[in-house]
Amino acid sequence: MQTIVYILPELFLSAAIMFLLMLGVFIKKSFKLVSLLTILSLVFAIALILNQPNEIIKIFNESYIIDRLSIFMKVLTLSFCCFVLLSSKDYVKSNNIDKIEYPIIILASTLGMILMIGAYDLIIFYLGLELQSLCLYILASFKREDEKSTEAGLKYFVLSALASGLLLYGCSLIYGFTGSTNFEIISANLDEANMGAVFGIVFIIVGLAFKVSAVPFHMWTPDVYEGSPTSVTSFFALVPKIAALSVFIRFMYVPFINVISQWQSIIIFLSIASMILGAVAAIGQSNIKRLMAYSSIGHMGYALAGIAAGTNSGIQSTIIYLVIYLVMNLGAFGCIFMMKRENIFYEDINELSGLSKNHPMLALSFLIILFSLAGIPPLAGFFAKFYVFMAVIEVKMYALAVIGLVTTVVSAFYYLRIIKIIYFDKPKRPFAKSYDWGLKISLILSSILVLIYFIYPSILVDAVSSILIY
Amino acid sequence: MIEIGLGHYLTLAAIIFTIGIIGIFLNRKNVIIILMSIELILLAVNINLVSFSIYLQNLVGQVFVMFILTVAAAEAAVGLAIIVIYYKNKGSIDVEQISSLKG
Repeated sequence: MQTIVYILPELFLSAAIMFLLMLGVFIKKSFKLVSLLTILSLVFAIALILNQPNEIIKIFNESYIIDRLSIFMKVLTLSFCCFVLLSSKDYVKSNNIDKIEYPIIILASTLGMILMIGAYDLIIFYLGLELQSLCLYILASFKREDEKSTEAGLKYFVLSALASGLLLYGCSLIYGFTGSTNFEIISANLDEANMGAVFGIVFIIVGLAFKVSAVPFHMWTPDVYEGSPTSVTSFFALVPKIAALSVFIRFMYVPFINVISQWQSIIIFLSIASMILGAVAAIGQSNIKRLMAYSSIGHMGYALAGIAAGTNSGIQSTIIYLVIYLVMNLGAFGCIFMMKRENIFYEDINELSGLSKNHPMLALSFLIILFSLAGIPPLAGFFAKFYVFMAVIEVKMYALAVIGLVTTVVSAFYYLRIIKIIYFDKPKRPFAKSYDWGLKISLILSSILVLIYFIYPSILVDAVSSILIY
Repeated sequence: MIEIGLGHYLTLAAIIFTIGIIGIFLNRKNVIIILMSIELILLAVNINLVSFSIYLQNLVGQVFVMFILTVAAAEAAVGLAIIVIYYKNKGSIDVEQISSLKG
């Protein structure tokens, strides 16, 4: 009975999902109630997680772990899920996707992510991953009568199922050649002479790289981001990345740490390729969601650079990068949700032209967030890149750092192009005024956090510095 | 008579797995074939796991297979549902015509 206490947040979330489904069935037109209760249950789950003891606990035959990394990532997942739900309320309503299933499926996929983050065993990890991805397929095609949305769902389904298959094949090889599915036993039985298991590691890295959308497994990202409804896109850009990156960290540094020389070069390749493609391919885009997709590919490249470093400071820099990336993207999608006239949401970058004349405040926060995404000091995005490159240079990977800096400069071009359109082009018709406080709060919060991060960088750095993997 | 050992099962699984992967990439006709290829990949993994489980005298592999079977069923259900709504919108499920999103 004692171990049950440690998975209370997960138990609570699954009970909440079932309860809300029943509620939605029996009460007609209960979308508002259900989404309110969803947000409340997310907040309650955060409280339950924060209440967990501050030590490393392994439960259920050491197949589930509660440590600093998992607590931090779970809180991050749940709180950004909250923000996504809050900021997209208006969009969901005016696009007729305000069905009760919408918040419930988001809640279910969040539960899957939390299980992934806490997993310390291949079986638990796989089940969490599938719970998350099955919900994401449905979310991507949620706008049922829209051809683009269903196509996005179909593409995501096919490619993601393929990636899960590859990952699973890797899991089976690892199980066969190390004799266990438990991360610690795998780590003890793994060495470089064990070629079958090393082969399995490659498959697992491919599957994980697909989930974080690292090049060359990024093909789905632009299509799915563009096709799915913007509220779902913002969910895709924020929440699954947390789970995928923390699982990446967990896999590389717990079971596979003994064969670091085998996987390090693969991660470096993924990182460099993502940074280059993210910088170059975004240049010609005119759809802002597609542009955000390439931008997120590039950002995942920088985050992977920290993992490639193979040190504790590398992992911490990755986590700091992730947090700042999330805050920036929350703001960027907040701005995209503001691009609305007469109940139609626009996605073309040219619709932003002359935004500064009609909406000076919105233009200002867009400016701050775009500068930060480009990595211009003293905004938060600069510090994120700074920590990652510091960690990379510490282990003398100069090539990775140089390529990262060059791609930062290249990618600054397309962020600055949007700023030029906002500030120097001819104004178009003004956007509709937004009265959605959830959207406003998340937009203001993210702009302010990005702007004033440099005053107290130690808050985030201290919170992350207690996360030690090995 | 040759003794059928672990190596044979692993080779069989590898062949089925490769057929599944090739089926996804070479198929230019029908999305249903992709669905079948995904099932093939998962079944190849199951053969792998069961043979490893017997070789290692360890039941965990067979437990894993049970979980994979249930997840595969759920995955096929979700996939078919998505294909159905896509067909309603577009009127065809030709792989070559799934191209309204690109750039």
